[in-house]
Amino acid sequence: MSASGIIFDLRKYCIHDGPGIRTTVFFKGCPLDCWWCHNPESRHSLPEAMPVGSQASNRASDQDRRAATIGCVVSVEHVMAQIVQDEIFYDQSGGGVTFSGGEPMMQIDFLMALLAACRNCGLRTAIDTCGYALEEDFDRVYNLVDLFLFDLKIMDPALHLEFTGVTNELIHSNLAMLASRGGNVTVRVPMIPDITDTRENLEAICSFLEPLANVRRVGLLPYNKLGEDKSLRYQLPRRGRRWETQSPEEISWRKGLFESHGFSVTVGG
Amino acid sequence: MNDRIRQLREQSLAAVPAISLERARLLTEFYATGIPERVSIPLTRAQAVKHILEHKSICINAGELIVGERGEMPKATPTYPEICTHTLRDFDVLDSREKIPFKVSDDARGIQRDLVIPFWSGRSIRDRIFEAVDPEWIVSYDAGIFTEFQEQRAPGHTVLDDKIYRLGFRDFKDAIKRSLGDLDFYGNPDAVGKREELKAMAIAADALVAYAARHADALERLAENESSGGRKTELQQMAQICQRVPTQAPQTFWEALQYYWFVHLGVITELNTWDSFNPGRLDQHLWPFYRREIEAGTLTKERARELLQAFWIKFNNQPAPPKVGVTAEESATYTDFCLINLGGVTETGEDASNDLTYLILDVIEEMRILQPSSMVQISKKNPDRLLRRALQIIKTGFGQPSLFNSDAIIQELVRQGKSIADARNGGASGCVETGAFGKESYILTGYFNLVKVLEIALHNGVDPRTGKSIGVESGDPAGFSGFDDLFGAYRKQLKHFIDIKIKGNVIIERLWAQYLPAPFLSILIDDCVRRGKDYNDGGARYNTSYIQGVGMGSITDSLTAIKYNVFDKHSLSLSGLLATLSNNFDGDGSVRQTLLHATPKYGNDDNYPDDIARMVFESYFDLIDGRPNTKGGHFRINLLPTTCHVYFGSVVGATPDGRKAGEPVSEGISPVQGADRKGPTAVLKSAAKLDHVRTGGTLLNQKFTPEILADENGLEKLLHLVRAYFRMDGHHLQFNVVSAETLRAAQKDPDQHRDLIVRVAGYSDYFVDLGVALQNEIIKRTEQCSI
Repeated sequence: MSASGIIFDLRKYCIHDGPGIRTTVFFKGCPLDCWWCHNPESRHSLPEAMPVGSQASNRASDQDRRAATIGCVVSVEHVMAQIVQDEIFYDQSGGGVTFSGGEPMMQIDFLMALLAACRNCGLRTAIDTCGYALEEDFDRVYNLVDLFLFDLKIMDPALHLEFTGVTNELIHSNLAMLASRGGNVTVRVPMIPDITDTRENLEAICSFLEPLANVRRVGLLPYNKLGEDKSLRYQLPRRGRRWETQSPEEISWRKGLFESHGFSVTVGG
Repeated sequence: MNDRIRQLREQSLAAVPAISLERARLLTEFYATGIPERVSIPLTRAQAVKHILEHKSICINAGELIVGERGEMPKATPTYPEICTHTLRDFDVLDSREKIPFKVSDDARGIQRDLVIPFWSGRSIRDRIFEAVDPEWIVSYDAGIFTEFQEQRAPGHTVLDDKIYRLGFRDFKDAIKRSLGDLDFYGNPDAVGKREELKAMAIAADALVAYAARHADALERLAENESSGGRKTELQQMAQICQRVPTQAPQTFWEALQYYWFVHLGVITELNTWDSFNPGRLDQHLWPFYRREIEAGTLTKERARELLQAFWIKFNNQPAPPKVGVTAEESATYTDFCLINLGGVTETGEDASNDLTYLILDVIEEMRILQPSSMVQISKKNPDRLLRRALQIIKTGFGQPSLFNSDAIIQELVRQGKSIADARNGGASGCVETGAFGKESYILTGYFNLVKVLEIALHNGVDPRTGKSIGVESGDPAGFSGFDDLFGAYRKQLKHFIDIKIKGNVIIERLWAQYLPAPFLSILIDDCVRRGKDYNDGGARYNTSYIQGVGMGSITDSLTAIKYNVFDKHSLSLSGLLATLSNNFDGDGSVRQTLLHATPKYGNDDNYPDDIARMVFESYFDLIDGRPNTKGGHFRINLLPTTCHVYFGSVVGATPDGRKAGEPVSEGISPVQGADRKGPTAVLKSAAKLDHVRTGGTLLNQKFTPEILADENGLEKLLHLVRAYFRMDGHHLQFNVVSAETLRAAQKDPDQHRDLIVRVAGYSDYFVDLGVALQNEIIKRTEQCSI
């Protein structure tokens, strides 16, 4: 019997998370509990029914309200059948498949099976990870992943624990391991006002990354309000206040900071 | 743009469309001379054109560089009473309607009442057509099964090639003379008819030369009275140009543009061709002039830009002649469908884009006017730079240029039997129609309402709107035991109505050939002169008659809904469903929700509905493609609606896809509004499952908000999206950049806008899925991004 797993979305024509035109598979379940999480419905590992608040939601039909079960169990074949539908777009654009979430490394067997199936079809893959997974699991996927989109959030261990629910040593050691093996890594920093987006934290990220020889690309992700929106939509509790998205002008010194440390920087995905 | 162009552009934008009765008056005066009773019909038509061009007023606007207007002033729009005669009530409607109005003066009303209506009533081709077709044609037409283009406008749909840039009208007259000399009165029984036609062409050629000479005279007089030295010289130069062209082949860039413009006016004065005429591959035709003069230093890029902009304004000054009745409902627009083609490949198959291609794209971007329309042909041989530049203009959001697949167009033309050279020199015109430019008469004969045919099949031949039996008996749906029975019934009705349409078409073709030949247009389209045959009578090298299918998405989703819910899931009975439809879903909201939201839909790369789309396509293709017309050519299909999907929807009751009675049906090959929920790649995959190469054009619209296209990344990904669609032989793609207004409408009515994708952050999502606060923020951002 083939592997199956739990995903909560599969989106085609994703153009902001990796090269070319991509299909992104969103795995359900995440070991972190970030205050600002922009996919709060992905936190728990199992499919769950979520009430859809009629005031917050703009959906019109009863059908949609009934359908608010988040996550479903799917087979590798089922996911692959949808992935290969867009092969011509990957070929044309140099794109491929991104496994995101949630945290794809949480369902390592399912992820391995999907990565192997993609490799069989000659599709390029990326994983979008928070980095909080066993080193041996990263070791398992390493040869099957063409690009790691690796999130770095907060360098201060205590603050990391406070705002994400876990400590950051494992994340750092995994990143260092991938770097030392010459992995193709883009570090992504979600810019949460006053939490990750402080000069002190960003400078600390620069200092941490600088000695990692193979990590030279950084993506700065301006804060987006999707999480707030989804918390309302699914009536999920939300910590922290409502933040404003940084303007391009506000981003510019941060971009400059990373560039001054020799990184090539993209903003927004 | 410089001050001159700014002023001309403002003048054009401010000009009020008005009915001009000058042409109708001159035409009627000519017919009253008694000449038409003494000479053949082709000669009558040629002399009528000559009379009009010799007497119509000459309009030269201040600061102009290219001269000639169809009416007495910009946007004065003539009528064509020999085709259809407006009643005084029609004039009242045109004068007062809220959208697309035309001013009608008391003078014009008087001329229409006292001169035009008394003479033309009962003699127009429209009158003849309704007299000549079968009663069942009238019944189908009235029911909204199909429309007929040629009852109000002349068979146009042709585009010019490069011949006027090589040859003057002097040369055309020589060719006519040679053809006359070659006539074999002893061996060919058609020789006398050919002689009349060729003599008519010669008269029409003289008419245009005389018209140009009148402009030369007027320009000289203006020059004499001009105090500003610069303008005086310019007017003198323009007078010289009008003396040279169109008699002789143009020698300069400026002369080439002026020459084309005279030819354009000749064609649209002779008849109100539908679509309007157009220069076609403009960057190819003008390139030799541009390159030579830039190299010689006699033309600067800036001057070329100014001349092109002045040329652009001339198109915008000519609104489409207003129609009457149903045709006015189906196509309410000032656009006369001149579609400038750029890019593509050369006759020998090389990348045809050049410096001038990019200069013309600059002009399109800067002018931002309704007419002319523009498109870029993208071949696999064209560089990405060309597509990227087109996308940069598209994202500014005024709907131009549209994108066409050269490689598909060439395959389509070659499949229809054109030579590879003629195919490569061709392109698309009107909305999306494929043609061999300068060599083909490719007539759109009318839209065909696929959804209405299904409705009639579901009522065993009866039109539920009127209760009249207008189709054939195809079986009581209650007795259908499976989908094949249903589809068989649909196909039976389809054959019935296509036969009616085709019989009507051949009757109408003959009426045009007999009563309204077009000797002027015939000079311009190969091989009318060589064959001594009129454009309207099969003189062109290729003669194609198109019937344009409308409602592909709606009929596919409707058939799919029945197959899925009735025959596969057994969750609805067909008779129950039909009862629900006849009540327009009143009291059956949950059935409608199932049909809308829990039933497979075309546009999602799902083979369940997409296979049915293929069946609909194949049945339509089989029943039309390859049937002979009366001009030595064939009937072909294409899939485009212009705005007819609105009219067609208005005559169709509620449909099994959840659409309510009277709402528009889907347009082109686009999915039903809001039915595509898997993003743009899935839409393109579904659309590409139809075999575009066996059509003469398909139309696919995609919507994007300006933000998705704002950065380079978004633009590059879109570029690849287009390339991938064209690799799958997609014919045409148009991106409509969504406005904040549309987003507000989507907030109010999410079901109609479920396909709208917006950029949230580094991430895109369906707009209707977002909460109100986030929606509002995106509306605000969209407003900021729009130009």
